Amino acid sequence: MKKFEHLQGLVAPLDRANVDTDLIIPKQFLKSIKRTGFGPNLFDELRYLDEGYPGQDVSSRPLNPDFVLNQPRYRGAQVLLARRNFGCGSSREHAPWALDDFGFRVVIAPSFADIFYNNSFKNGILLITLDEETVERLFQETEASEGYRLDVDLERQQLTTPSGETIAFEVDPFRKHCLLEGLDDIGLTLAQSGTIRDFEQRHRQAQPWLFRDA
Amino acid sequence: MAGQTLYDKLWAQHLVTSRDDGSALIYIDRHLLHEVTSPQAFEGLRLAGRKPWRRDANLATPDHNVPTTTKERSAGNAGIVDDVSRIQVETLDANCESFDIEEFRINDERQGIVHVVGPEQGATLPGMTVVCGDSHTATHGAFAALSHGIGTSEVEHVLATQCLIAQKMKNMQVRVEGQLGLGVTAKDIVLAIIGRIGTAGGTGYAIEFAGSAIRELSMEGRMTICNMAIEAGARVGLVAVDDHTIEYLRGRPFAPSAEQWPAAVAAWRELVSDADAHFDKVVELDAAAIEPQVTWGTSPEMVVNVSAEVPDPATADDETVVRGMQRALEYMGLEAGQKITDIRLDKVFIGSCTNSRIEDLREAAKVAQGRKVADNVQLAMVVPGSGLVKRLAEAEGLDQIFIEAGFEWREPGCSMCLAMNADKLGAGERCASTSNRNFEGRQGYGGRTHLVSPAMAAAAAIEGHFVDVRDYDPGSARDRDDALSA
Repeated sequence: MKKFEHLQGLVAPLDRANVDTDLIIPKQFLKSIKRTGFGPNLFDELRYLDEGYPGQDVSSRPLNPDFVLNQPRYRGAQVLLARRNFGCGSSREHAPWALDDFGFRVVIAPSFADIFYNNSFKNGILLITLDEETVERLFQETEASEGYRLDVDLERQQLTTPSGETIAFEVDPFRKHCLLEGLDDIGLTLAQSGTIRDFEQRHRQAQPWLFRDA
Repeated sequence: MAGQTLYDKLWAQHLVTSRDDGSALIYIDRHLLHEVTSPQAFEGLRLAGRKPWRRDANLATPDHNVPTTTKERSAGNAGIVDDVSRIQVETLDANCESFDIEEFRINDERQGIVHVVGPEQGATLPGMTVVCGDSHTATHGAFAALSHGIGTSEVEHVLATQCLIAQKMKNMQVRVEGQLGLGVTAKDIVLAIIGRIGTAGGTGYAIEFAGSAIRELSMEGRMTICNMAIEAGARVGLVAVDDHTIEYLRGRPFAPSAEQWPAAVAAWRELVSDADAHFDKVVELDAAAIEPQVTWGTSPEMVVNVSAEVPDPATADDETVVRGMQRALEYMGLEAGQKITDIRLDKVFIGSCTNSRIEDLREAAKVAQGRKVADNVQLAMVVPGSGLVKRLAEAEGLDQIFIEAGFEWREPGCSMCLAMNADKLGAGERCASTSNRNFEGRQGYGGRTHLVSPAMAAAAAIEGHFVDVRDYDPGSARDRDDALSA
């Protein structure tokens, strides 16, 4: 997977709670059999004023001028600031694929939905959970100052604001390790094939009805 | 030492190794696949030169993209008009063929929504771990199977290793005690739970649904409840094993053989939480107090009793919630204070992995029998969850009841729950739906979804607006007489 160590990125604020994965990438785009190319349709129903469909040239579609990511000051943003329960709903990995394809490497919110959380880390996207008050303050700072960037240091688990303030964040050690090293976790698991085979044999003996192949 | 919860037991039985950092490797017994979240996983296997670890753990069926109209369906994959959808289904067929995975193809009678098919085949068994690239995999927890949705990277991981990297969740018990009112169903219970704890209330938890009202439910009802655990934020919903569980599974094609059956049942009987088990959180609901539920907004937590009014955002105390409610009212085209029973519908959808099983269709048919769909409802459709559900419903004559009442009787699939096929809402159209998500655009661009039970959806189709289905009590003399004389 893609490595993540350190980033200095422009921040875009998405001021909305319970952003679901249908909103992140609507279902008509899930028909693709590829992992890439979802960026132009990230937040499709918020970004454009018409209905999108797969394979379309988005350059001629009418943009919603009120949507935050259409504002010139947020062009090139790599850090998305969001409200609570970001990524709720379906298990579609197309949601982090779309965020990644658009250019986001970090999402900061007070809470994330469980499946989205897993899926994001598998794609090298760092999700940072901060308390509501801190997130609110970051919203205010981002909106108040154009070109607001955050320095994200995963190794030190620390954000630095333009004023030099540092904000510590928690991240699960295994996920941190995989992200820093860009590890392929299938490879890591297969390195334990022997342990899995042993388990499987005991499991089969205890509950043979779970195995259809004799 | 406190006893174990059902979740603790299932976790312990599947733990392959655990690491110091809190992550663990758990073994996966059953992996269900569909066409939307699997192509990139198979591609990943192919690129890395890997093969599935165990072929008999996997079972696949196309469901999201399949057409539900008989004409298109009779042509098999060729009947899928949208090229992109057809390629996705064909890709599943090709992948299952080349990786030697059992698949129920589009016109196999056993095809259907993956979460209906698994239990129906007995491919979901108590004590299993069940995963699928689909958040509604929580459904299978009704069988005391540790079941949850996974992403496509994890689909690839499970195919390649038969394991998942996981972290243990916290335990929550939701206890529903007492007797449900007549006309109040499993769907109303789960919507009421989501209304109580919120759409993130279960995040980080495995929820065990317990209490006398849950024990009274059929397996179909329990599946409806576990299905929507994810709408409360919980990846996992569970119900303990009892006689209902065991009787449901007896004789199913993938169920244990006659020789294995007694040992399997003995093991399954242990799949209950110990009396002294510790839950990190307990929520209690009084079943008798639950009314039929209707969602009014764009999140399943935006739900009220059918007898209530659309809530006023001014009553919320949190700025983010107020703005969310205002945006939802605007999207839904509703006013605060409007009576729920005054909301008029354009379409009605009875189906989805939440409510497309035989019991759901029976409940809806009971309401529809001898009545007619209202003129303002342009389309009322019933989409059975699988080919086998469809056949059973037809043997019971339910299809004729629906057709005579003016409903369309369709072929099995996910259909208008998420509108990946041709079944969708137009912009501004309002739908009473038995599905699980009322998110913006979920059932079609600009579509407006109200989540309800099958009986409530059928009653709304007949009246053209929401009504309290308890007024449609089949035991009521007036309605019964009307039905008989019709």
